[in-house]
Amino acid sequence: MAERERRITPPYGGVFHARTQVMSPDDIHRAVWRMAHEIIERNHGLDQVVIIGLQTGGVGLAGLLVDDLNQIEQVELPLGTLDVAFYRDDIGLRPVLPEAVTDIPFDLAGKIVVLVDDVLFTGRTIRAALDALTDFGRPRSVQLAVMIDRGHRELPIRPDYVGKNLPTRRDEVVDVGPEGVQLGEMRK
Amino acid sequence: MRHLLSVDDLGADGIDEVLRLTDSFVEVSARAIPKVPALRGKTVVSLFFEDSTRTRLSFDTAARRLGADTMTFSAGSSSLKKGESIRDTVQTIEAMGVDALVVRHASSGVPDQIARWSSAAVINAGDGWHQHPTQALLDCYTIRQRLGSLEGRRIAIVGDVKHSRVARSDVTAFTLLGADVTLVAPPTLLPPSLEGWPVRVSHDLDAVIDEVDVVYLLRMQRERMSEALVPSLREYTAWYGLTPVRADVAEARGVVIMHPGPMNRGVEIAAEVADRPNVAVIDQVRNGVPVRMAVLFLILGAGSEAFSAGPVESEPLVAAGGQA
Repeated sequence: MAERERRITPPYGGVFHARTQVMSPDDIHRAVWRMAHEIIERNHGLDQVVIIGLQTGGVGLAGLLVDDLNQIEQVELPLGTLDVAFYRDDIGLRPVLPEAVTDIPFDLAGKIVVLVDDVLFTGRTIRAALDALTDFGRPRSVQLAVMIDRGHRELPIRPDYVGKNLPTRRDEVVDVGPEGVQLGEMRK
Repeated sequence: MRHLLSVDDLGADGIDEVLRLTDSFVEVSARAIPKVPALRGKTVVSLFFEDSTRTRLSFDTAARRLGADTMTFSAGSSSLKKGESIRDTVQTIEAMGVDALVVRHASSGVPDQIARWSSAAVINAGDGWHQHPTQALLDCYTIRQRLGSLEGRRIAIVGDVKHSRVARSDVTAFTLLGADVTLVAPPTLLPPSLEGWPVRVSHDLDAVIDEVDVVYLLRMQRERMSEALVPSLREYTAWYGLTPVRADVAEARGVVIMHPGPMNRGVEIAAEVADRPNVAVIDQVRNGVPVRMAVLFLILGAGSEAFSAGPVESEPLVAAGGQA
């Protein structure tokens, strides 16, 4: 969510200034490794489990997660991507454009869907994602994995698997990227 | 972008934006439930003062797949017959609370005029000989699908250019995207002046078909026959129609054949060649819906800054090469 909002909310074209390094790239990989085990434990294996990364921040993480899950359980998990731009509730309030295509090349009926995103903030992206999923079928259950839970929820949504809980101010920006997780702010 | 009246409103970047967004709507259209709630609560009115089936159905479908409500107004069954002016008609419809008007009219400039009167967004669905911007957009999308890009491609537009709004929109759009356009028609079916048109002109379809990537056939409007602009339909077909012989040359060279519809089989295109694999006519119709979804979404949904914000650059996220 932070990724998305960063680019298309004021100040447009601002530059992200990192203040604190929260997680190193290695920390991210260790957290993904732990979350993979939690997913397997919670679901008693990976039977019927599919992974869907949210465009764009969740896609890279979903890839890492699937690699770990496949390695641990020696399986080939289905992996999809979902862009929720057309399901957002803030269309018309600010520019909303899809950033990449949705690709879910498998049926969701009866599956356990693990949604993956980088940062959980207001919860509105996840609300939109849940709406979008119903158009693809009726999963048995939907679980949520995020790298950072930064609080400030505006909807009754909670994650099932968390890389790190990070208390933040509302105006701060969390960046999950190749340099790891950083906390900072946007400046013109 | 508030209205879409002409291809010039978009520019090269705008066309690019629409085509990129169309990719997303092609994916939506392929779903089991081909519908998203992006324009829920918006009302789109088709205001058709001139007959049309495919364009009206295409816009209707596009609006519904975005969750918008649609209404249709057709001139035949309206108060226009009782003498109401266009302005009063538009204001009456607008008073019911509409967000977009999709306008088609037999006279050039009517959508522009309505845009000046109306607080709703106006989308030109074809006006007189002037413009048909969404047709040009879906043509560009279809060519991209077939050939990858329009940059440096050679495109022949064949037939009644003079009376064709499709030709005018296509020339602009194709040229903006870097293609090289040649008009092929008898002098009587070309506009009196081509000054300012970025095109070449030829009267020899056989020579042109040997060097282009796309042949775009225009509908030979039979009603023009009364104006004696061509000696006979048979003669037109012999010189400017896609005959089986020319179709063989085109197919061997992989030339994409396009037509805005409705086709006059046997006139501008021989009956038996219209179904060959290098003929993209059905693709054009199929792409019409997602292209119009993209236009409606950009005008009603994305917010006016969407165009000026420019392409969103995708940044590398968590390094994929990390642990794999």
